[in-house]
Amino acid sequence: MPVFNQSRSRVIQFIFAGVFIAITGQLINLQLFSGQYKLAADNNAFYRKVIYPDRGIIFDRKKRGILENTISYDLVVIPSEARGTDTMTLCRLLNIDTATYKKRMRDLIFKNTSVKPSVFEALLTPEMFAKLNENMYRFPGFSLNERSVRTYPYNVGAAVLGYMAEVDTGFLRRHKGEGYEMGDYFGSTGLENIYEKVLMGQRGIKRYIRDNKGRLQGSWENGAYDTAAVAGNNLYSSIDVELQELGEKLMQNKVGSIVAIDPKTGGILCMVSAPTYNPNYLTGNQRKKHLVDMLYFDPRLPLLNRTVGTFYSPGSTFKTMVGIIGMNEGVIDDNFTVSCGGAYYGCGRPMGCHAAGTFTLKPAISKSCNSYFAATYRRILENGKYPNRDSALSSFNQYAYSFGLGRRLGVDLPSEKMGNMPTPKYYHGIFGKNWQSCNIISNSIGQGEITTTLTQLANVMAIIANKGWYYTPHLIDSIEGGDELGMLEKFKIKHKTKEIPEYVWEEVHEGMQGTMEFGTGFYAKVPGINVCGKTGTVENAYRGEKLKDHAFFGAFAPRENPRIAIAVMCENAGYGATSAAPIASLLIEKYLKDSISGNDRKAKIEQLAKMDLIPPQMKRQMAKRDSLRQAQQMATAKKAARDTSGVEEAPEEIEIESIPSKPNPTKTPKKDSGRTAAVLPEELRKSTSIKRKTAA
Amino acid sequence: MNRRNQNIVTQGVDYVVIWLYAILVAIGILCIFMVEYRPNTDWLASFLDGKTSYSKQLIFAGVCAIVATFILLTDSKLFTAFANLFYLLGILLMIATFAIGKNINGSKSWIPLAGGFNLQPAELCKIFVSLALAKYLSRQEIDFSKIRSQLVAGAIALAPAVLSILQHELGLALVYTSFVIAMYREGLPAQILIIGSSFGALVVATLILEPNVLAIILTIIAAVVIFVLRKQIKKKKGLLTMIITIWLVCVGVQRFVVPYIFNNVLECYQSTRIYSMVGKEYNCDDNKHAQDKSSSNKTVRKPDDYNVRQSKIAIGSGGFFGRGFLKGTQTRGKYVPAQSTDFIFTSLGEAFGFVGCLIFLIIYLFLLIRIVRIAERQRSTFSRVYAYSVASILLFHIAVNVSMTIGLFPIVGIPLPLVSYGGSSLLTFTVLIFILLRLDADRQMVLR
Repeated sequence: MPVFNQSRSRVIQFIFAGVFIAITGQLINLQLFSGQYKLAADNNAFYRKVIYPDRGIIFDRKKRGILENTISYDLVVIPSEARGTDTMTLCRLLNIDTATYKKRMRDLIFKNTSVKPSVFEALLTPEMFAKLNENMYRFPGFSLNERSVRTYPYNVGAAVLGYMAEVDTGFLRRHKGEGYEMGDYFGSTGLENIYEKVLMGQRGIKRYIRDNKGRLQGSWENGAYDTAAVAGNNLYSSIDVELQELGEKLMQNKVGSIVAIDPKTGGILCMVSAPTYNPNYLTGNQRKKHLVDMLYFDPRLPLLNRTVGTFYSPGSTFKTMVGIIGMNEGVIDDNFTVSCGGAYYGCGRPMGCHAAGTFTLKPAISKSCNSYFAATYRRILENGKYPNRDSALSSFNQYAYSFGLGRRLGVDLPSEKMGNMPTPKYYHGIFGKNWQSCNIISNSIGQGEITTTLTQLANVMAIIANKGWYYTPHLIDSIEGGDELGMLEKFKIKHKTKEIPEYVWEEVHEGMQGTMEFGTGFYAKVPGINVCGKTGTVENAYRGEKLKDHAFFGAFAPRENPRIAIAVMCENAGYGATSAAPIASLLIEKYLKDSISGNDRKAKIEQLAKMDLIPPQMKRQMAKRDSLRQAQQMATAKKAARDTSGVEEAPEEIEIESIPSKPNPTKTPKKDSGRTAAVLPEELRKSTSIKRKTAA
Repeated sequence: MNRRNQNIVTQGVDYVVIWLYAILVAIGILCIFMVEYRPNTDWLASFLDGKTSYSKQLIFAGVCAIVATFILLTDSKLFTAFANLFYLLGILLMIATFAIGKNINGSKSWIPLAGGFNLQPAELCKIFVSLALAKYLSRQEIDFSKIRSQLVAGAIALAPAVLSILQHELGLALVYTSFVIAMYREGLPAQILIIGSSFGALVVATLILEPNVLAIILTIIAAVVIFVLRKQIKKKKGLLTMIITIWLVCVGVQRFVVPYIFNNVLECYQSTRIYSMVGKEYNCDDNKHAQDKSSSNKTVRKPDDYNVRQSKIAIGSGGFFGRGFLKGTQTRGKYVPAQSTDFIFTSLGEAFGFVGCLIFLIIYLFLLIRIVRIAERQRSTFSRVYAYSVASILLFHIAVNVSMTIGLFPIVGIPLPLVSYGGSSLLTFTVLIFILLRLDADRQMVLR
């Protein structure tokens, strides 16, 4: 048989080879030169699960946890597996109707597909959890997932400890690359916010294999590439939780604040901003409801931290500083006397005064003599040492700055205010270049343009107690596992005031002790302890209406070896000696003696706690709000229903317009509860005519 | 003599092919195992259960081994004698599917057998066509240079293809075009191959380029050819007419025939698959079938290129060395549809990467070249034509299947020979190859 076309065998073999070369070429292209396929495969197949570590615990000075974690449960559902669920029973247990159930299911399937688990009801209450847990067998496709939530075992320290909120897009934009994702929570206020990086710990990543419908198929490589979650570091604060509890109890029915500092360390012992609220209100699934209903629209502004977030005229407590500066500048000495006939007439219009007589520095402090300090302040400003009043005032301010006034102290809390130490330039703007000492004479008694935060005031008391030095007041003493971020470094720097000799301090201490023994603070004596104190009563007005005075009290004790410096302020409480001073005295006793002794002192606690000093204008607004709320009941009920639907929103997303007549628009705290000053000094500062003040 | 009698069956059998066959079947079972494997299940228990695809495939392989042994035990004369009868049987079976066919995956090309097994006659027909073609071309009186013989041979090859198209099995129908290679070896004019591949290139060019750009390019080519051949044209006027005719035909094809095929002949999903291969989107509104469907108020499922995209992702993610045995994420996540059958190559590509694919393809190529060698050493035309048919069928399957998984060819549902899961397919290729081995073993016997 002749073989035809033998050569065609070659051609066919070439065709075969050609086909295989073409295939190999495409394989090279796909497998060796196209990175996108590997990426696409990873996107397909990996599910990256973030493992949230436990947040750090905050302990008080005696290692009692004041901000801890607890387990809460979410009801989670995989809709595609929930067919046989006993819907009626479930709805009854969750207190929802079947229409809501169906709507939620629809939404979940729409958002997250029907094969992936979604949260049906977040943060179940313990009763609800117990009831559901018993009946879970009736609800196929549903499961209870635990998650860690914050809890405040002592129910105190809301303003200090702060709360957490869900991240929003703005936050994510600002904190790119820090590992936050939509749906995460972050410390929004207080210590939770400042120490967020320490508390949050390190998130773990688990990689799972996922199939084409998004169902997890087990871990990738048995977790060889997973990273473990590292729990947040615990914080040890200087707070004494018993003192904090007592402080909050004493400040019930009042608007004001307390700051107590350990002068030796600068550690804050208690920090009360009244009115306060139970911080646990802001952890459960009713969080948003509470935030809106109880806190956000309360005219008393409970979300405002009044210890650092607002500033006031310090009142007569400031006189101690005027005395110290006067002595140190040599414009007065311990023989300098001022006679007061009931008012200071040096500037034309009389400036009223409670105590009449002739005073040296010590009794002037004890009796809080306006005339004495007005005269001293004038002498400081007219001091021949300085070429003009501008430089004299600048020198005065240098003292004030070294006392931590007019500047942010650097307390470890967000949105601290600076207060105001008016500069010569500031007065040029008001009075022109040739301002007179009489123009600003109100400053001498802590009124006028001078403003401080209460923490600054407490710090001044600590400086006087220490005789010229302080550590920046702070809440956190140490971080478990070391201060890796250097957040506590600034609290280890010893700040010194301008050089002031010992006898000046002794003189002021003597005067402040006199306050407690025979002066304005007589009713606030602490049995068996030498307390040095200074009262203050600050005139104020709100929208032109003159209100009751703010009551101030600053003190430290014991005089010989000061262990506590304290400042107390009650808004519109009237005379300082009846509210602020006794509160301070009880706290001092509690701290130094560890308990309150004597039945009359214990009764005093109850009496002070019951004392209702809510400013009348706030009461009026509260009443107005309550009636408004009644009128709006329908809308509120609707809103509440939405709140419980498990979709948590940050408080700032709440529409303020939903309550038509707001109590006071300028007072509404924005994002961080207190960017605006809540009280009037701002208005006072702006007024060009300085009123002559009476202070006691 | 005794010794010779003992080894009579294995005498002259080509062991290289048997080894390659065994290796490929083993790779196939391994690949199916990779696709089916789930880390948290006891694979041994499910293997012994016989419920999984890989254990079924192993059973099929066992059956195939028995069938192969029987084929090796028969006399090769049987195949020449019964070739035409087998062909007739195959055609009848295919026609029978229209009556008793079972609908599997939308094509009514299966005949249900006992025990849950189904038979696809179109698969078996490949064998019968190979035999019948070999029989026809080996007839003494046939002169294959004659057009008439070529047409008859073409009809033998394409008759089952027509039936397959009627059963909506385009992939299986296309396989029958591969006989053109065997026929080419036997003297089919090379022009047919050239014209065929030119037409293919023109279709691809039509898809890739804008119609006007392509028309201009074609015109330029024609002008250049006329310019180059101007002297010959002066001598021979017919040449000019021929060039102009070819140019006209090309433009006509590009302008009218190709759009007509895509819009009127092919289904919407087929056009989409072909368009997606070159990275373009096909507008189903132009498709006549889709229009018919939508006008009769049936919802037109919008097809996308999900399959080929996932397939390319799986293979591409393998990289150079692959992710490793049982570590392919795409395979584990079932991202590639039909992965144990038509897309089996993806599991290999993902697990063993470029190196694995290359080795795998070299094994195939080695098998093909080996079969061509076997074909060339045959003394009978019957055996040679048959061997070339086997090689052609294998090449077509491999080329189309692998090309479609890597996006070189539109998706048509044809399996990877010896590797893809499926009893029909494995049995068909086993029979094809072992008949060849039987014929080869007897190549010394007589001239047929």
